[in-house]
Amino acid sequence: MTAAQTTVPTTAALALGDDALVLSHRLGEWAGHAPVLEEEVALANIALDLLGQARVLLSMAGDEDELAYLREERAFRNLQLVEQPNGDFAHTIARQLYFSTYQHLLYAELAAGDGPFAPLAAKAVKEVAYHRDHAEQWTLRLGDGTDESHERMRRAADALWRFTGEMFRPVDGLDVDPAGMEAAWLESVEDVLRRATLPLPEGPRAGGWTAGAGRQGLHTESFGRMLAEMQHLHRSHPGATW
Amino acid sequence: MATAAAHQTHGTEERRAATAAYEQAFDTAVAADERIEPRDWMPDAYRATLVRQMAQHAHSEIIGMQPEANWITRAPSLRRKAILMAKVQDEAGHGLYLYSAAETLGTSREELLDKLHSGRQKYSSIFNYPTLTWADVGAIGWLVDGAAITNQVPLCRCSYGPYARAMVRICKEESFHQRQGYELLLALSNGTPEQHEMAQDAVNRWWWPSLMMFGPPDDESAHSAQSMTWKIKRHSNDELRQRFVDICVPQAESLGLTLPDPDLKWNEERGHYDFGPIDWTEFKEVLKGNGPCNEQRITQRRRAHEEGAWVREAAAAHAAKHSDRTGARQA
Amino acid sequence: MTNTDWPLWEVFVRSRRGLSHTHAGSLHAPDAEFALRNARDLYTRRGEGVSIWVVPSTAITASSPDEKDPFFEPAADKPYRHPTFYDIPEGVKHL
Repeated sequence: MTAAQTTVPTTAALALGDDALVLSHRLGEWAGHAPVLEEEVALANIALDLLGQARVLLSMAGDEDELAYLREERAFRNLQLVEQPNGDFAHTIARQLYFSTYQHLLYAELAAGDGPFAPLAAKAVKEVAYHRDHAEQWTLRLGDGTDESHERMRRAADALWRFTGEMFRPVDGLDVDPAGMEAAWLESVEDVLRRATLPLPEGPRAGGWTAGAGRQGLHTESFGRMLAEMQHLHRSHPGATW
Repeated sequence: MATAAAHQTHGTEERRAATAAYEQAFDTAVAADERIEPRDWMPDAYRATLVRQMAQHAHSEIIGMQPEANWITRAPSLRRKAILMAKVQDEAGHGLYLYSAAETLGTSREELLDKLHSGRQKYSSIFNYPTLTWADVGAIGWLVDGAAITNQVPLCRCSYGPYARAMVRICKEESFHQRQGYELLLALSNGTPEQHEMAQDAVNRWWWPSLMMFGPPDDESAHSAQSMTWKIKRHSNDELRQRFVDICVPQAESLGLTLPDPDLKWNEERGHYDFGPIDWTEFKEVLKGNGPCNEQRITQRRRAHEEGAWVREAAAAHAAKHSDRTGARQA
Repeated sequence: MTNTDWPLWEVFVRSRRGLSHTHAGSLHAPDAEFALRNARDLYTRRGEGVSIWVVPSTAITASSPDEKDPFFEPAADKPYRHPTFYDIPEGVKHL
């Protein structure tokens, strides 16, 4: 076996795994709060897909539960975008649109290659295509629905815009073309927003604090509280099996 | 069998005669174990009973999401988290199947939700108890879902077709719900002393409320007799309760947990377990709205509905604008 | 109907290739595209289907139970439509 084959791309596995884990958790917070019953089912489906991906990815890097429950906040490698609180339904949809468009491009590229993530990506790309479609359908309806929904969707798209630049920073061990992905992402998101009668947000897509920060372990305030809730039971019983 | 439409005959006499004929056809069909379908003629009281029961059942599914969803964000392993999310999702799905079944009788979901939100329709009282520890998730799966399944399996043969079909689907999907709860409790019972204690405490708190899920004793049950004749119900409350106790005792032994009833013992003569008296005062109080979580559950439900109104409006407005493209029909 | 009330759709699922679509149930959706997606999430989340139809419930015209006799009884006395109606000598094959 060559050295290259035995090296598990831990940094990349953690980055992608944490993205999926954290977003799945946020979506799980919707349970019992969705705007309509049909959407309870839809959001849970997406959360379950993401949790499945997270488990495979974290297991590539180590023990899934140790990684999920016993790391400190600064050791998490997820994008700041996915940890953002749910907000109203428009915020959740904007987060979904931005992230699933990115994740779809990423997995499509990984699936086409023959790297260590190819098998997972081949399966996940189909799931994510559906997530992207779900986000697009809702963006169209909220953007081009009522005055209120238009305004809420516009605000949400604006608010999360500054977290989108981080997605296209290179990640160690991820054999993809970030610049090409970014161009495709912009084109795709612009197209959806335009059809949803929404303006393209104008602010910067990354600032000093957001640019690549999540991937380095710098997170936003609400993330610590999210982890405290997620980890407390597991940490309260060291060594226990569940 | 005839429809209500043909019901519009002329004189009162004729109408009365027609009703009698319909009624007889209905009774014959039910007695012969045939299914009643939405457009068939049916007695008003049968229709009302079904709408009430299906609505209450649907409400229980969606209110029942809350105590378990309470632990999704704290599930102690990723495997458990996935299972719990899938289970809570199933409950939303089951609520949807049941609202659909109720809608076949001409009552819209909006109307039913409105009745739930305003307290004019009930849901199972069991969901007015809190989930205080992780073990409660296991106790709900084992005991609450176990009791629900005991109640629901006979409903798969209910005389009303859409309800029976919904129940077939639900029972099939629910088989994993009870097993995951049992497995969860087993892991705790065999775990650390703290985990074992957590499991025992949960069983102590959920056992009696689970027995109350079968409803009041037969001699005090208001709707039972009529529902049995109509084959909406197939077994009496006490019969099902006894069946549940008999199933649970050996299961508790295998779990290494104790059921909190000193009077629980095998009765050779009856061929059943005897069990202690149920505190029906507690049952009635919770039913009246004085349970630990009645207010909280309905408030959360109402809030989710109200906060989602702008989303539902937006989608409806979008559909109206684009009806040529999407093919949506606005009635 | 208030403007937040989404119309009802009937869902038909083909469980696998070679079988016809069968009625699975109904759901609410603001439009056809969402009806299809909601149906996918609700009625095929355990891999129950390979194809879905959704139809607005209002678009269905149903036979009435009152018409049951004129509709369906006349078909009951035409046994010659069934292969068992015919006597074939024993030993004749492939018929």
